[in-house]
Amino acid sequence: MIKFFLMVNKQGQTRLSKYYEHVDINKRTLLETEVIKSCLSRSNEQCSFIEYKDFKLIYRQYAALFIVVGVNDTENEMAIYEFIHNFVEVLDEYFSRVSELDVSFSTTVLHSTRHRVKPEAEPIDELPKTCSAGEPQEACCLTDDSFRGSVSTPIC
Amino acid sequence: MPAPIRLRELIRTIRTARTQAEEREMIQKECAAIRSSFREEDNTYRCRNVAKLLYMHMLGYPAHFGQLECLKLIASQKFTDKRIGYLGAMLLLDERQDVHLLMTNCIKNDLNHSTQFVQGLALCTLGCMGSSEMCRDLAGEVEKLLKTSNSYLRKKAALCAVHVIRKVPELMEMFLPATKNLLNEKNHGVLHTSVVLLTEMCERSPDMLAHFRKNEKLVPQLVRILKNLIMSGYSPEHDVSGISDPFLQVRILRLLRILGRNDDDSSEAMNDILAQVATNTETSKNVGNAILYETVLTIMDIKSESGLRVLAINILGRFLLNNDKNIRYVALTSLLKTVQTDHNAVQRHRSTIVDCLKDLDVSIKRRAMELSFALVNGNNIRGMMKELLYFLDSCEPEFKADCASGIFLAAEKYAPSKRWHIDTIMRVLTTAGSYVRDDAVPNLIQLITNSVEMHAYTVQRLYKAILGDYSQQPLVQVAAWCIGEYGDLLVSGQCEEEEPIQVTEDEVLDILESVLISNMSTSVTRGYALTAIMKLSTRFTCTVNRIKKVVSIYGSSIDVELQQRAVEYNALFKKYDHMRSALLERMPVMEKVTTNGPTEIVQTNGETEPAPLETKPPPSGPQPTSQANDLLDLLGGNDITPVIPTAPTSKPASAGGELLDLLGDINLTGAPATAPTPAPVPQISQPPFLLDGLSSQPLFNDIAAGIPSITAYSKNGLKIEFTFERSNTNPSVTVITIQASNSTELDMTDFVFQAAVPKTFQLQLLSPSSSIVPAFNTGTITQVIKVLNPQKQQLRMRIKLTYNHKGSAMQDLAEVNNFPPQSWQ
Repeated sequence: MIKFFLMVNKQGQTRLSKYYEHVDINKRTLLETEVIKSCLSRSNEQCSFIEYKDFKLIYRQYAALFIVVGVNDTENEMAIYEFIHNFVEVLDEYFSRVSELDVSFSTTVLHSTRHRVKPEAEPIDELPKTCSAGEPQEACCLTDDSFRGSVSTPIC
Repeated sequence: MPAPIRLRELIRTIRTARTQAEEREMIQKECAAIRSSFREEDNTYRCRNVAKLLYMHMLGYPAHFGQLECLKLIASQKFTDKRIGYLGAMLLLDERQDVHLLMTNCIKNDLNHSTQFVQGLALCTLGCMGSSEMCRDLAGEVEKLLKTSNSYLRKKAALCAVHVIRKVPELMEMFLPATKNLLNEKNHGVLHTSVVLLTEMCERSPDMLAHFRKNEKLVPQLVRILKNLIMSGYSPEHDVSGISDPFLQVRILRLLRILGRNDDDSSEAMNDILAQVATNTETSKNVGNAILYETVLTIMDIKSESGLRVLAINILGRFLLNNDKNIRYVALTSLLKTVQTDHNAVQRHRSTIVDCLKDLDVSIKRRAMELSFALVNGNNIRGMMKELLYFLDSCEPEFKADCASGIFLAAEKYAPSKRWHIDTIMRVLTTAGSYVRDDAVPNLIQLITNSVEMHAYTVQRLYKAILGDYSQQPLVQVAAWCIGEYGDLLVSGQCEEEEPIQVTEDEVLDILESVLISNMSTSVTRGYALTAIMKLSTRFTCTVNRIKKVVSIYGSSIDVELQQRAVEYNALFKKYDHMRSALLERMPVMEKVTTNGPTEIVQTNGETEPAPLETKPPPSGPQPTSQANDLLDLLGGNDITPVIPTAPTSKPASAGGELLDLLGDINLTGAPATAPTPAPVPQISQPPFLLDGLSSQPLFNDIAAGIPSITAYSKNGLKIEFTFERSNTNPSVTVITIQASNSTELDMTDFVFQAAVPKTFQLQLLSPSSSIVPAFNTGTITQVIKVLNPQKQQLRMRIKLTYNHKGSAMQDLAEVNNFPPQSWQ
């Protein structure tokens, strides 16, 4: 079961957050800073799964942006890892070469996309690259190149 | 009022803020503008304002005043309004707010809307934050939508149904008919969500699970879908790095796992497909590994055939050799889960696992450590211990405590020799001394007393260890205790195992005094040291005056504990000098308890206080002016204090219970028959209720007093014989030794013997020799039962046997009536 889904940048600013279980609003910022701290302290050779309190955190870094998903024990970590990448690929298609700037400015669109891709913490429908309700459906072919290089950091 | 700014403007403004305070200011200004706009009931800009509010909510600022506005947006006819409204509802509202019930009607209308996107929005929101009342009201609508032909709606309805079931489990049956056709869809989205729905139903209700297994033929359907996925060629819509819809594959595997658990037929049906997935999936990319991982988990959980299990473990072994950390972590986690059941298979990968201990990654190290402890057995103990000690040296502090406890446990179970055991423990104490758990100290002391022949060696090594450094408290405590006990061995220089060192009494006292004085010593450690010094007064010959001086100094110490001890010891020197040597005698060997947890140690005669093994202050420590009687009472009290039951924790004793006072007559302090009997008992007169001087008598008093043995139980190849002995000292006690033997061709494992006697008797079960009855009568399990029969009634006993034989658990009850009269008369 996914507990939360966060997109946080290296300075600790939250770009997107969705909690699937109720967490008090003051606790949320605390949680986010702690999570990003543990992710930042990892080096490249370490694995992407961290044990944090009673969750497991699965994170992936795309340039300056961290996407972190908190799950409980029953999830397949590697599937979630794939799912994160899939989500980013959907964004890439929608924004054509998405960057953190796009992410920060389009919160509503992001939420809708996330809902399409993962309402209620269950990944579905990720593969046809459909976007938020109301937009035309676009089924695109995937390219295989690694996504990491194409995310650009904001100018300021 | 000017038009409120757009969301993008707001975001841009906030980004220019350089400090947290600036940001807060901007947000407060904007919040105020939004609030006044809400008050004006402005329809055109409401959507924009709520969007901004949601952004601010995400940053962590309170946004509760927007909840009603969200409702108004939902009720509006424009799609853009509805969209933001529903999003706001999902983010801001939940069951706790009463406002959410107002949404129910809106959602109901929208569920029947003509546009599918609006219906989709409503389903999404209901599935996200619907409370149980809302779900109850709207479940019918959801169910209707589950049956439509529109796949877009169907998949959303399925997810919504999952949420409804979670909130209101009673509604599960309502969705059952709709699920019949769900798996016949072509659309992967619908397939995926249907599998999720089915998984949820199966997890929640065992009835549903049984239903799906038998009636719906779910397993063949799933197998068919999975096969299509694997066999089908490249399909651009569903492809992720060369594998077709891995997410669906993983979901199906998970559902298969639930269906196959504990069910032979289902497991049979899926054996082939699992083997196929396991062999055909490409492992070069993470996607393939994710699927393999799920497959391995499934194979482990269902009743798969052994070939498949071996395949699964080999896959995990391959993962371990992979360079990618994620995969190694995942492999270690799964191996940990399977090590109990497939121990041998995992042993093959032991060297790789031990290598992982040296990895840089903290999560991997932790997993590798746990797995290493699980893999330790009698054969590899020496090698493993070397690695583990090296790990203990170099690991992070958060691991040290766990590692130390694990090492102690493993050493206790599999130590090849006493000397090795003591060496290992010393090594742990010197490397990670401060992280060792508190209960390790008494365990260690018990271990040392039990290995009588190693006393000299031990005390020598401990002395050398604290010579250099006495900051690690557990080490110092153990050392102080040992030096106090065996100081005479130390100075006499008799040590067979090692080069004896020349130590004078003064040097020993020096070190103990420095421990006392040192700032690093805690008050517990100081207590140990003071008691040790006192004990040495009987063991050492020339330095008694020095000891007296030290003890009297501490009579005015600030620390109450120390002061009390010192004052009492002083009293010993002055008034009770005649008793001093008796009181400070060597401790007898302590009884070993075969539990895994912290052991409780029987306190026997020997000291004036139950310290140092208990850290609470001595019970009503007698004042120096008290009478001799008080001291004796204290001694007597000591002997009666908690006597632990000697049966291991896994065996509840009979209805008579493991009565402690039953055995007031029988020697409890005696070690198991193999260890040497304890040191001489003190010469003071003992109160009558004490053990009748049994401490030097062996446990079994009458060998072959001529009572015939009986066969108590003989069935299915298991035979249990009772042999009897009567206690010399107490005619009401009968000691029965049972011997269990097995004449079949397979061993019986996890053998547990339990007995019950009528109320007039009392029963105590001691620990058995082992829990496996080997086949073909090659060996037996021996266990001792003590029965107290004060009324000399005819002995009767009901016995219960549980064991595993030929893979199945067996249980039997029997009554034993054929006790020979000599055993109870």
